[in-house]
Amino acid sequence: MKAKITVKLKEIVLDPQGETILHSLNEMGYDKIRKVRQGKVFFIELNETDEKKAEELLKEIAHKVLSNPVIENYEVEIVK
Amino acid sequence: MRFGVVVFPGSNCDHDTFHVLNNIVGVKTDFIWHKDSILSDYDLIVLPGGFSYGDYLRSGAIARFSPVMNAVKEYADKGGLVLGICNGFQVLLESGLLKGAMLRNKNLHFICKYVHIRVKNTNTPFTNALKDGSVLKIPIAHADGNYFASEEDLKNISLNNQIVFQYSDENGNINDDVNPNGSLLNIAGIINEKGNVLGMMPHPERASEKILGSEDGRFIFDSILNYLKNRR
Repeated sequence: MKAKITVKLKEIVLDPQGETILHSLNEMGYDKIRKVRQGKVFFIELNETDEKKAEELLKEIAHKVLSNPVIENYEVEIVK
Repeated sequence: MRFGVVVFPGSNCDHDTFHVLNNIVGVKTDFIWHKDSILSDYDLIVLPGGFSYGDYLRSGAIARFSPVMNAVKEYADKGGLVLGICNGFQVLLESGLLKGAMLRNKNLHFICKYVHIRVKNTNTPFTNALKDGSVLKIPIAHADGNYFASEEDLKNISLNNQIVFQYSDENGNINDDVNPNGSLLNIAGIINEKGNVLGMMPHPERASEKILGSEDGRFIFDSILNYLKNRR
């Protein structure tokens, strides 16, 4: 099974990298770009056929390792 | 008395810290490999600066799962003194021994320079040799030192007097102009509720010999000695 975990900074957390990218894009003339938040995506393959069990496992690693719950949120997606 | 300096793959201030503790402060010090798991014989454990596991994922995020960190938690639970410097502070935050998290510096630069920090809490094992409001000159060297905590945690940390160091000017004034990295409340160092685990971004081991430009870091190590001697 394949999966994708997206980790994003919480909305209340300042994202200096996203701000800088947004600023650069605007400077380059892409003035329709209004907001940029930088995050991380993890592409995962796992030995599990049961989708429910896979999701549980993925949520566990997302919470415990891949994200820092103080500053980040995550989304788990099974890739079909 | 015996001190221990934990070595993770990627630690790079471990030898500086060892040198200062063993040769300057004069306490027999050992290196502790990250796969070790017994720490009971030590009077102080230092998590040194560096880039444990290349700062992959997040600074300190992988080091916190090292076997030695379980031992550090047990050691701290029993009241043992733990000092996390720079990357060591990041590891303490990731492991939950201290509240909050580090974000990328506000200006995105890796900042390596002397800063001034004002001592806000002198009633700790790490700052008892200082007077309230003292200002220390100690260097920082980090890319992820922008301290963040939830509103609730920040309130509790403030109310419990857990903020130990704040970035200031040389006269102790605290404002945005002297905040190098964007940290909330100019926080440079915090202690846990129990008062035995301190994390700080500045490097006291780089400011413990006159020839290096500042000896202010010695106040922290002298405080630790005071505390341990009085405890015996």
